[in-house]
Amino acid sequence: MKLIKFLIAGILFGVIMTKSEAISWYRIQEMFRFQAFQMYGIIGTAVVFGIAGVAIIKKLKLKDVYGNTIKINPKEKSIIRYLIGGIIFGLGWALTGACPGPIVVNIGYGFVAMTAVFVFAIIGTYLYGVVKDKLPH
Amino acid sequence: MIELIQQPWAWYVSGAAIAAIMFLLLFFGGSFGFSSNLRTICAACGAGNKTDFFKFDWKAQLWNLVFLLGAIIGGFIASQYLSTDAPVQISNNTINDLSKLGFAAPTGLQPTELFSWEALFTIKGFSILAIGGLLIGFGTRYAGGCTSGHAISGLSNLQWPSLIAVIGFFIGGLIMTFLIFPLIF
Repeated sequence: MKLIKFLIAGILFGVIMTKSEAISWYRIQEMFRFQAFQMYGIIGTAVVFGIAGVAIIKKLKLKDVYGNTIKINPKEKSIIRYLIGGIIFGLGWALTGACPGPIVVNIGYGFVAMTAVFVFAIIGTYLYGVVKDKLPH
Repeated sequence: MIELIQQPWAWYVSGAAIAAIMFLLLFFGGSFGFSSNLRTICAACGAGNKTDFFKFDWKAQLWNLVFLLGAIIGGFIASQYLSTDAPVQISNNTINDLSKLGFAAPTGLQPTELFSWEALFTIKGFSILAIGGLLIGFGTRYAGGCTSGHAISGLSNLQWPSLIAVIGFFIGGLIMTFLIFPLIF
């Protein structure tokens, strides 16, 4: 029962990502070519609502269903890892037109070829874990 | 009503709905960060035996794997019941640019040039998907998050690291689109 609610949230997420067309390679290309407002509108609206909601959560010290005060864990301070890691991810995002969420939504939609992207993304994360200590962070 | 849902949703509806998912996860005691699942899957497969980065209580992240499973089901439900097979209405400028790279105008949600079975079983097609996957998996973990964790959650929390990461996402995306695409397509 504890996990069912996350399954439902995931289903809603899959439907939203599909209907927003954010899972489409074409939409991501259109975004990186600055030729339509669609993706910027989606991400921008989510962030505007997000900023307002997070501010309200903090102000009212809202609690989750288990009674714990909701907080988003801050990321450690650094520039290099976010910039370089971000660039590497951005290369993959533009190439496949998918970030991790949309990869699996695409699999569900029926684009079986995305399974290859998913498997290699897992391998990519594994490789990062192996060489992590040798990289600047 | 069902016909309304079957149309592609307006950006403001989609954006608000994505923010709602983030809040739903926060109220459920989780958080909105999809790429963490890739690390969890590595740990669940036993990668922690050899590498410390994967040595953690991955079962505590089970909720996020269930969210991932839901996302797959959601994609299936959307394709079966909530979609028309109409092509994605991208701008004419994008169609023109992509045609110069050898991509036909959209006939559905995704280009068959990249995601059909035929494409998957060519060396070039498979390499594109494999290399893309490696870059995504490596880059998201190096950057500590992807679009959901940084661009949505992180920016909503006004975190500087997330803004740097998002700038990185765009630098990488622009390099791929404008410098590398002309070389490979």
